[in-house]
This record gives sequence, structure tokens and C-alpha cells, in this order.
Amino acid sequence: MSVELFSANHAAALAATFAGRANRTARGFCSGVYPITPSTECMEYLCGQKIEKGRVIRVDSEHNAMGVCIGASAAGARSFTTTSSNGLAYMVENCAAAAGYRLPIVMSIANRTLGPPWNIWADHGDSLLLRDLGWLQFYSADNQEVFDTVLCAFRLAEDPRVLMPALCCMDGFILSHTMAQVEIPTQDQVDRFLPSTEVPQRLDKTAHTLGQMELPYQSAAHRAQHHRAMRGAREVYAEVQDAFEEIFGRRPADPLVAYRAEDAETLIVSMGTLGVTAERVVDLLREQGQAVGSVRVRMFRPLPDADLRKLFAGKKRVAVLDRDVSLGFGGVLWGEVRGFADPAAIVQSYMIGVAGGDVRPEHMLDLLAELEQSHEAGAPRIVEVA
Amino acid sequence: MNEPVLNGIALTEKDRRDPLLRPGNSNCGGCGMSNLMQMFRRAAADHELKMVVPACCAAVTGGTFPQSAFGIPTIMSTFASAASVASGLAAVAQLNGEGTRIVCLAGDGGTYDIGMGTLSAAAERNEDILYICYDNEIYGNTGGQRSSATPAGAATTSTPSGKREIKKDILGIMAAHRIPYAASISLAHGDDTLRKLQYALDTRGFRFLHVLSPCPTGWKSEPAMGIELVRLAVRSGLFPVFEIFDGERYVINVEPDFSAEALMMYLSLQRRFRNTGVTEESLQPNIERYWNYLRLMSGRIVPARRDV
Repeated sequence: MSVELFSANHAAALAATFAGRANRTARGFCSGVYPITPSTECMEYLCGQKIEKGRVIRVDSEHNAMGVCIGASAAGARSFTTTSSNGLAYMVENCAAAAGYRLPIVMSIANRTLGPPWNIWADHGDSLLLRDLGWLQFYSADNQEVFDTVLCAFRLAEDPRVLMPALCCMDGFILSHTMAQVEIPTQDQVDRFLPSTEVPQRLDKTAHTLGQMELPYQSAAHRAQHHRAMRGAREVYAEVQDAFEEIFGRRPADPLVAYRAEDAETLIVSMGTLGVTAERVVDLLREQGQAVGSVRVRMFRPLPDADLRKLFAGKKRVAVLDRDVSLGFGGVLWGEVRGFADPAAIVQSYMIGVAGGDVRPEHMLDLLAELEQSHEAGAPRIVEVA
Repeated sequence: MNEPVLNGIALTEKDRRDPLLRPGNSNCGGCGMSNLMQMFRRAAADHELKMVVPACCAAVTGGTFPQSAFGIPTIMSTFASAASVASGLAAVAQLNGEGTRIVCLAGDGGTYDIGMGTLSAAAERNEDILYICYDNEIYGNTGGQRSSATPAGAATTSTPSGKREIKKDILGIMAAHRIPYAASISLAHGDDTLRKLQYALDTRGFRFLHVLSPCPTGWKSEPAMGIELVRLAVRSGLFPVFEIFDGERYVINVEPDFSAEALMMYLSLQRRFRNTGVTEESLQPNIERYWNYLRLMSGRIVPARRDV
């Protein structure tokens, strides 16, 4: 174990490299990549790595980057790619296919606003496009978490009880290009953590057909299987954390990161780096004697609903912060979690930092001051930050 | 005109026991793709194969889960990604030292149109893939709309009065990629077909085969006339049968007789060319121009033009 300075993009690529090398005794590693800001650094780093029994294919589009990953994974190899924003949107058709085949592909996303108008800054609207496709989804708040999440995502995605693709999200530029200390394990440790990839449905010698036509009742049964596996992934992740802790000597973050939430009356709920700012705001308000806490949703799919319900119990006010807008509706996370609060609680949707606005503690303090004065939840509100 | 017969090659042992296209498939009667797949099994009897099929007629040919009419491991890819999915499969086969041949079987829409970028990129990277395009000159799977492979003058459901633009020159495009092997295949010329399929299987790098595939549904022709129609297309010079090595060495395999009679028969045996104004005379200049080009590329003598 060593500690080195890494950007989150490089941390994700390094984790994928470790994971790729760990599969050298099995079917190997293959990745299709295509550049797009702000995830480009990740694919560049991957292209510069020597992976024994591994290949990186520089393709012509994101659609085909996922196409290569599908082919590689269908051949039984470990597979990884990275993208952002419009690249992800261009890739969506094959993302749906990857989930449909139940292939354990891992993808790192440097979140960025969808254009036009062109905007390269952070927004979760791109990865949330994949909300309903059957991908596991993680949102990280620092570089160490990005590194750990990629490793955990491989182990979780490849678990025979789960077998589905996984998304590891980081806020574009805020994390993707920021250097920070990351604890790097040894290849030997990763080898122990990530056993050989087994894709039971892989194309081998038998004449079976992957992804062929189905009748409605068969498709419904497959969806039900996928749904059950997705719900079960929550339990499997706890095992992944245990294994990680045993081998690396520290525990990767929980699906929900609660901060001074237990005795709080007001709760801030968020994803990604917004959660870090929220925790600082909690400290500030606690000093003033206000019972405020924060919950960061790290695992968005499957959503840890039972844990959220427990955390929400007894809270009088909940500010849900989204770095995304479901236009005409409100924040996506707000839509997901508002049902878990007590019926009397005020659950207010704030969309903040949308399209990359710089979110500072004072922005959050303002909106919390407003929430404290409210007697009922207002319409979802976009907080415009300069 | 040299037109060899199937030189004693009947069903192989493998073909009988383990056909590429099994009974129970959902192809229409007279589908050229069915003929192609059975010919392909004969050519590939000794090879281990994996197949990628994008959205096209072949994507429904296999029938419904969990049975499959395909006798080899197959993955159905999205419409535009056959060559990229095959790239992934081929890379992993190579990493594991397997001799498996990765084959794309795609229609003209997935090749000429939506999959063009993917195809071009895989060819540019010279991936170890055999890409076979069965060209029925139509989006057969969706009921027969125009594609860029549809010839001028053919009526489709989206060009009911006949397509105006001429067919895209797919082999010219593939040749421009300097891939090791590209060829057109006439299903009416069995020996030539088998030889090309075998050669393509044994070659490494990106190989492209273009197969004219009769579609009774789209061409409004008699199912039993499919192979005869291909023969007429070849005879008349409408469908040149040739191969290109490394994008530069052209070899013409079948010499047409360019007979007006064959062209007239080809047009009149299909209802798609009725009432669209296309005639033998209107097709002749294009045929002549393309054959002059082919002769030039293959180093053969270009006939003097009488009108110059």
C-alpha cells in the first residue's frame, strides 16, 4: 500500500488497470475507449498502461466503445470504459444492451452537462439518463472513493448473484481533474480481492444465442430476474465491503454516508461532491446549535430504500439537493427519496449547482435558512449560483 | 461464359449434423441469406466460429428464446455496432490464443447506412473479423424501405415510385480502406462462392464479403427464382463478381455477356421495377461506366467506346 497524488480520472483508470491485470489468469481484459471532456484523462491513462493479457481498442465513437466492451465481456473478459455527457447519451443504446445481456462491464463517468448549449461542467443529468436501464450506480465524493468504487464495482458486478453493468460517477472537473492523495494497493492485494471474471452466459462453444428475440412473457420474466438481482445487490455490496476491508485494511464507503444525522431535525440529502459541502454546512450550523445532519447517497441504484427510510424517521425538514433537473418535475433524487420521509415532514427540492455552478457553503446556508422558516414544502426550486 | 457447377461438393458431414441455419428458422422462402448460411457452413466445416448479428432479418431468423436456429454461438448486437462487438470478441479470442473466426452477418442497412462508421473504423483498425453483408437492397426486416444499397429505379415502401439515387459502391469504399480482402459473391456461382468464403476464413485481418441476396418479399419475385435472378444480375453486368486484395489488386471472377436479354429478364421478373420508369437502356450507361472502371483496376483491356 502506497499513498500517491492522483486525479480522480487517473485513480479510476489505475483501478481499472489493476482489475484488468488481476484477470490475466482467466480471459483477460479488453476495453473500448473514446475521448470526451472531462473523462478523457481516464482513457488516456488507460491507453498508456501495460496490461498483461489486455488490450485497449481506440474506437470511432462512444457507441462503439460500449460495443467493444459488450463483445469483450460476451467473450468472458473483464471490461471497462469511461465517458461523459453527450458521449454517454450517444452510448445509451448500447448501455441498454449491456444491461440486457447482463454483462458485468464497469464504466467510469465524469459527470458533465448535456449540450447544446455546450457546457463542460458538472451535472448529474448525464448518468441519470441510465437510471432505469439496469446499471448499478455509484456517486463518489473524493478521489479515494473513486478508486475504491471502481474496484468494488468490478467485484459487485461480477458476482453471480448480481451480474450486471456498473457505473462509477464523479463530478466532472471538481473531482476528475483535482489531484488528491489516494491510497494505492499492491497488485497482489487486488488479485486477492478480484477473483477471475466468470460470465456464465459467455459465448463459448455451445450454439446459444445472446440477446435474441423474446416473447413478452419471457421478457417480463427476464426483467423480473434483473429487478430481483438489482435489489439483492444491496446485500451483496455489504459482503464486498467486508472482503475489501479484510484485504486492504480499511472499509470502503457505505451506500449511504450519514453525517451527524442521527439526532438531526433537519437533514440535507445529496449526491457526489455536494455532500462534502453539505457536511461543512452541518458543522457550521451545529456550532450555532442547530440540529442539522447530512446524508450522501453514494449508491443510487439499487437505492438503499430501507436505510433511507430509517434515516428519515423523525426528521422534520429535509432539503434534497440535486445537481440535475428533471425538467417540469424537480430534482431526480428528490423524486426518488421524498416518499421515505414522515408524512408531516417538509421535503423540499432544491436544484443547485446545475450545469456546473460553483456551490459554496453560503448557498446552502441560505436555502436552509429558507427551509427553517417554511411551514410546508414549496414547488421544486432551482437555486441559481454564480 | 464460365459458370461452374458445385464441383461435387454436396452436404458435408458437419453440414448435415450441425448446420449453421437449423430447421425452425423464420426466414422467408427463397431468402438468399438462407442459401448463404448453408454455403458458409460448407466452407467453414473445419473452423470454430462465433457470429455477431446486428438488427436485420438475421436477428429474427434465429427464432425466439430459448431455442435458436443458429448452429453456432451468436450475439445479437444493436443495429450500428456489429463490427465493434466483433472487435471485442476478436480481441479476447486473440488474447487467449484461440483460432475462433469472428463473423459479422449483417444486412445492407446495418452495413451501408447506420453501421457504416462502425464498419469503416473496424476496417481501418484492420480487426481480425470476417464481415459478410447479405444485401437484399432493402430494409427487409422492417417491411422493405429504401436503403443506400437500393438500386435506382427500385420501388420500396418508402420510395413507392422508385428510388432516384444510384446504389452506393460498397466494395469501392472497402477497397479504399486497403483491407486484406474484399469480394462480391454471386450465390448462383457455387464454386466461386465456396472458394471465396474459404479464402476469407483463412485470411487474417479485416475481410469483407458482399453477397447479393434475393428477397422475394421486397423484390416482389417468385421465391424459386431467387438464384436465377442473381445469375441474370451477373450475366447482365449489373452485379459484377470480383475480388480485391489489399485494396488494390482487382480480379474479375465472372465475365458477363452484357446481354440486353438478361437485363430485361432481370427487371421483368421482379415487380419492384414496374412502373418506375427504369429500362434496360437507362441502366446500360451505368453498367458500362462501372465495368470500364473495373477493367481499368484489374488491368484488363478497356474496350474502345464507339461513341467517342
